This record gives sequence, structure tokens and C-alpha cells, in this order.
Amino acid sequence: MRKLPKEPRLAKRRKQLNRSGAGNALSFTFLALLGLAMLFPFVYAINNAFKPLNELFIYPPKLFVQHPTSDNFTQLFTLMSESSVAFTRYIYNTLFITVTGTFGHVIFASLAGFVLSKYEFPGRKAIFTVVTTSLMFISQITGIINYITISQLGILDTAFAVILPAFGSSMGVFLMKQFVDSMIPNPVLESAQVDGAGLLRIFWKIVMPMVKPAWITLIIFDIQALWNIDGGIYLISEQNKTLSYALSQITASGISRTGVASAASVIIMTVPIITFIISQSNVVETMAASGIKE
Amino acid sequence: MKKITKASTGKQIKKSWRLYLCLLPFLSCFFLFTIFPVIRSVIYSFCYYNVLQPAKFVGLQNYKNLLINDDVFVKACINTVVFAVFTGPVGYLLSIMLAWMINDFRHTVRTILVIIFYAPSISGQLFVIWQLIFSGDSQGYANVILTRLGIINEPIQWLTDPKYMMTICIIVALWMSLGPGFLSFVAGFQGVDRGIYEAAAIDGITNRYQELWFITLPAIKPQMMFGAVMSITSAFGSAVVLQTLCGFPSTDYAAHTIVTHLQDYGTIRFDMGYACAISSILFLVMVLLNKYIQKMLRGVGQ
Repeated sequence: MRKLPKEPRLAKRRKQLNRSGAGNALSFTFLALLGLAMLFPFVYAINNAFKPLNELFIYPPKLFVQHPTSDNFTQLFTLMSESSVAFTRYIYNTLFITVTGTFGHVIFASLAGFVLSKYEFPGRKAIFTVVTTSLMFISQITGIINYITISQLGILDTAFAVILPAFGSSMGVFLMKQFVDSMIPNPVLESAQVDGAGLLRIFWKIVMPMVKPAWITLIIFDIQALWNIDGGIYLISEQNKTLSYALSQITASGISRTGVASAASVIIMTVPIITFIISQSNVVETMAASGIKE
Repeated sequence: MKKITKASTGKQIKKSWRLYLCLLPFLSCFFLFTIFPVIRSVIYSFCYYNVLQPAKFVGLQNYKNLLINDDVFVKACINTVVFAVFTGPVGYLLSIMLAWMINDFRHTVRTILVIIFYAPSISGQLFVIWQLIFSGDSQGYANVILTRLGIINEPIQWLTDPKYMMTICIIVALWMSLGPGFLSFVAGFQGVDRGIYEAAAIDGITNRYQELWFITLPAIKPQMMFGAVMSITSAFGSAVVLQTLCGFPSTDYAAHTIVTHLQDYGTIRFDMGYACAISSILFLVMVLLNKYIQKMLRGVGQ
């Protein structure tokens, strides 16, 4: 309760109507309880990851670990080293897909978003309308035809089978265009043009530094999408599979691997969550521009 | 007149070649992997196509089979509607409500709450943890708690009994539903110009709910449109939750959705024409739904 903002100060700073003190306390309690409920699976997974075998199968089960151990992680690494393909291979594959996919998508999407936002040319409006509509084309709808396209392109079972579709995702261009719209005033670009700067130079030296929150956001969203990718039907041979796939294989073998499974999911979730925590203020700033205007 | 405009358009296109070049890397991947598949799906939906042999035109045969002969598809449609009705609108309202409540708190509290609420949507495969929580044996967390409270005598088969499967999956999907749409609302509420509240107070707005309906929500209408799109995609897309938690095929097809059906025909049976008919229907439903929701959202604040 101590954490509640003092009512008079808030009221003075904002002209918005505020909740009463009681209302504020009530809503804080509600949010805190809901927050705890949302966190429950995380707490459960993290505790399970550190439980020794006898605690995992104790009856009745206890949520919190009594004697934490790193056994599950050790066992996970042992299992990893026993797999038919060296485990570093899976890590390399995931890193390659995440880094290449993110880098390429951020550059291509930023460039496209900038051009769509600031230049007048035939087809500009139509392209952006299609981009906005396509936010709804979920991968489940496009995925099956993409399998055919990818095999016809001869890139099936290579990292590019998942990287190229990521380049074509519309969310990045949409967010970048909206952000450039709201953040970069035309006079800045005009004066640069007068100084003789070319298109790419303006993009790289002026626009990109000004839209840092937007490309940080794209990086975060790309990491969230690509880090967890399991390759599905696109990556077939074992040496091309990803970390997410390998971990799910290790943990798929039933109840005896409960602890190991938790350890694996803890490892895999840390990357997207930590990168989001570090950059959350940039992401929120970018999302302010995300609205779809009519 | 027409000729002149045409010529000038041609000239403009020629003049803007650099711009098109900048768009090219994105546009080529975008058309190839996002737009083209949808068009191709619609075309294949009128064909018999098994990938190995060339596609053969069969007219409306796929749609006929789908709508008249395929009982599992009907079941999948019902499940999808139930799942989408609960996760879509409820998830959407939840996002707005939570973002609105969070908005009144200090920066630090707000940041922590945003991270907690957003984290489930980015935690990847972590949602399989729910499988342990709702595990069907007497060790499962939910079963233990209910047994000890004396509510049940024997463990409930949460994820294999059709009575409970859908409910559990909806809970899990809602847990994961606070994604980009939610962030958009959080940012939108923060960005509302404080000046208009002052003006509203003069105009006679006296309570917070009036203020929300007449001032705040209209101000974040663009974010609400974006959030609606995100909700539609997640309501239909997160069927993967059902598939992962309840397995495929699930008991009595109780967790079978349109997306599961689509993957069954597309990636297991390789009956591409049939799969494409399913995805065309799904696509049509989503687009129409979006049109309808956008129309409804225009009425906010009136």
C-alpha cells in the first residue's frame, strides 16, 4: 500500500479526473492479485527447474523449492551432449536465424517504412493499405503455400526457409512508417536535401538515429518471433534444426523429464523476456504511434 | 485528359525509381511470402493438388466436401467460434481495462505491471507448464488443491475430458493474450493530451467513466483499431495452445479448430486444395470480422 502515489500530488500534476484514495487502493489490490496469478506459471517453472528429483514428485506437491539444486540443468546439458548432432549446432542455427533475420528485417523494414512515410510516388497509398490489411495474414494461413514456394525456390531445409518469410512480415514496416510519420518533421529532411544529402544518406545519418525507439522495438519483436522458432516443416534434417526444437525433443519424453523440461523452458524464455525488460520504454514509446488511422 | 495523366504517372514512376529500389527488398519478400500465398490459396482451393502431380481444376468440389461432408470441419468451426469469442473480445476488453487501470500509477509501478502482464505473451513454449498445473493425475497442482479443499474426490482429467479442455485452453490463451495490442493501449493512454481533460471538465464531465467513454477512448481510437487487428489474429492464431495442451487428435475432437484441421490436411495428408479451401474460408472470416469491428469502433464515444 505504501507504493500508492499520493493523491493530491497526482491531481495537481494532471488535469485528469482521478480515482478516490479508496478506489486507487482497490484497483492496486486487484492489479497486484492479477499480476501474481499471471506470474504463477513463471514461479512454478523456475521452482521446478531447481527442484531435486524427490521434491518434484512429493505428495502433496510444494510450490517452492526446499533444497535448490542445479541437477536439472546439469542433466539437461548431459542430454544435450548425447544428442546425435552436437548441441552447439542447434545453438548456432538459432543464433544465425535470429541475428540474420533480425538484422535484415530491421534494415529492410525501416527503409521501406521511411520511404512510405516521407515520399510521394505512385502506388504509395495502395502499398500501405495492403501492408495494414496483411497484419491479419497469420502464418497459419500463409504457411502451407509458403512450404510449396520455399521448396520451389530450392531453399527448403536451409536457414533461409525461415529467414526470408521473416523479411516479408508486415508488422515491422507498419510500425516504422507510423513512427516516422509522428516523429520526423518534414523540414528536417528538406534541409538535408538542400545540403545535397542523398536518399540513403538521409535515411542512415538522419532518420535512423531519430527513430531509435522504433528499430529497437523491431529488434525486440523479431527476437521474440525468431528465437522461439522451431522450424516446423521448413527445417528437415537434424543438423538444421533449432534450439527450441531440440529442447522440446528432450523434454517431450514424458514425466521423468519434468525437472529437465522446466530447466529448458526457463533457459529458452529468458532471452525474449530480458531483452524486453531492458528496452521496454523504447517499445512503449514506439507503440504510441501504432494506431491505425482511417 | 486521360492520356496526360497516364504519361505523367509514367514519368513519376520513372522519376521515383530510387524509391522503388529502396522498397524492393521488403516488397519482394512481402509479396512472395505474405500476399502471394493468400492469392495462391484461393486459386488452389478450386483445385485438386497433392504437390507431386500438377494441380487439377475441380471447381467447388473442395468447398462442397468441406461444408457438406466433413463433420470434423463443422466441429472445428464450432470450437473455433467458442474459442475465438472468449479469447478475442474478452482478451481485447481485458487489454483496454488493464492498460487504463495501470495508467494511473507512478512510472515504476506502471513499468513493473506492464512487464508482468506482457511477459506471458513472449515466453515462447512456457505455456506447456500449464500442462503440469492441470495434469490429470493426483499430482497435478489444480487437482491437489481441489482435493484438499474437499471439492473433488478423484482427479479431474482436465486436458483429456472434453468437459474441461476448452475452458482450460481459453484460460491459458487469455493469460497469453496481452501482447502488442496491450502495449499499444498502454502507450495510447499515456499519450492522451492532458489539455482535453481540462476542457472536458469545463464541458461538464463529472465522473471517470464519462471521461473514459467521451474523452479517453475516442482519443485512442487508432490504437483500438490496431488492438482489434491484434486480437483477431491471436484469437484465430493461438489455436496452437489447444493443439499443444490437448494433443492432436484430441478426445472427441473437442480441441480441434479450423487451424488444426488446416494443418492436418496441409502438412500431414498433403491434400493442398482442400487445405487451401479451409484457409480461404478462415481468411475471409477474419477480413469480414475486421471490417465489422472497425465499423463498430467508429461508434465509440457517441
